Amino acid sequence: MSETEQPLAPLPEPMPGSAVRISLRTAMILLVFTLVFTTLMAEVYQITQPVLQATALDAKRRLITEVLPADAYDNDLLEDGIELPPLPELGLAEPSRLYRARKDGLPAAMVFEAAALDGYSGEIRLILAVQADGRLAAIRVTQHKETPGLGDYIDPKKDRNKEEPWIKQFDNRDFTSTPPEKWRVKKDGGAFDQRAGATISARAVTKATGRALAWALDRQDRLYRLPAGARHEEKSP
Amino acid sequence: MSVYREITHNGLWKQNAILAQLLGLCPLLAVSTSMVNAVSLGLATILVMGLSNFAVSLLRGFIPYEIRIPIFILIIAALVTVVDLLFNAYLHDLYLVLGIFIPLIVTNCIVLARVEAFAAKHSAGLATLDGMVMGIGFVWVIGLLGAIREFVGQGTLFSGIEMIIPGATAWQILPADYPGFLLAILPPGAFFVLGLMVAGRNWLDHRANQRAKARLLAQRANTPSSPAATA
Repeated sequence: MSETEQPLAPLPEPMPGSAVRISLRTAMILLVFTLVFTTLMAEVYQITQPVLQATALDAKRRLITEVLPADAYDNDLLEDGIELPPLPELGLAEPSRLYRARKDGLPAAMVFEAAALDGYSGEIRLILAVQADGRLAAIRVTQHKETPGLGDYIDPKKDRNKEEPWIKQFDNRDFTSTPPEKWRVKKDGGAFDQRAGATISARAVTKATGRALAWALDRQDRLYRLPAGARHEEKSP
Repeated sequence: MSVYREITHNGLWKQNAILAQLLGLCPLLAVSTSMVNAVSLGLATILVMGLSNFAVSLLRGFIPYEIRIPIFILIIAALVTVVDLLFNAYLHDLYLVLGIFIPLIVTNCIVLARVEAFAAKHSAGLATLDGMVMGIGFVWVIGLLGAIREFVGQGTLFSGIEMIIPGATAWQILPADYPGFLLAILPPGAFFVLGLMVAGRNWLDHRANQRAKARLLAQRANTPSSPAATA
């Protein structure tokens, strides 16, 4: 391999009094490299940006379709959003958005995010669709760090039971069929199954879902009435 | 042995980045919980290693020795960012799986090690080959590690394959009521399995050496008698 060996460019031999010049030359070289590669990154970013935005929007639509069937509403859901402040009831420490689905101009459902903070490892992010008649249309886990192969069955993509994924038991539940005090896993005397060996993940999701559903139903008239793009403020009790 | 064969042999076995040099353990341990995750990150690593070795080799005439490390890191980070953006835009489903690991390739010291030890001293063609072969050496080890951990931990192989090939399903090897072996999936399991793999490699090398030595002795024993036989 020696015939191809060709080491890096050596710096010129230091001449007396030229330390400043060497430093400047080195700094200039580093600057040029920085500029060239920053330009490269900026160019690729410019080219990929439209694709990225389209996929992000598409991913959001797809996620919403998973919790709320497309025929349940006829408005442009993503345009009919309102801003939410950080809400401890939803487990969120940062502002979020709530989307309102309407059919024939009448409220149909609300789609919003929530988080469970007491999972086995870190936060579990959820998306919920709450129908105007008080039923939970469905929930999905959007982000989690539960143990792979153990607690990650809360995400139906990882759930090994494909016919009857764990998360499906939340579909169409409401507080009439499942009173608030039953809104826990069976191990804690509630109505929801958990899988052996990983109760903590199920318990966290179940509790967060019940809390978020109660929050949404308590103020749903106000949430539907706000104009699109407005900011919802919690009234102090 | 030709240069190309030597580079390939080094990357895949003799100087294998993980088994021989024990480099890049951070992504190795984090991603090898399942075979699909492991191989996917490995493929992205091959791409980055090939590209960064190629780029550094081309630009090596302009890089002053004293500031080579910042420039290498700059080049690697820029290329990883580019790969990250391209994956996100054009291979979005795979990106959802690997998302957080792709930026971590920057911190994979295998990449910097090959740039510093090889690309900075060799022509672009050889450097690209070296980067990719070292990457392949990384893939087969991390893939095997992922497969072992997944098999022992949850009794399956290829779980998560549906994120890459829609419609494909994981291969359930042990019965579905296999309770799982959590330790294999948690980080300590990665250390145990990796330790066994390194030991296995050392054992194979040791055995190969012994055999070579035995063959050499046998040859020496034969040589004095051969002239007599011909005479």
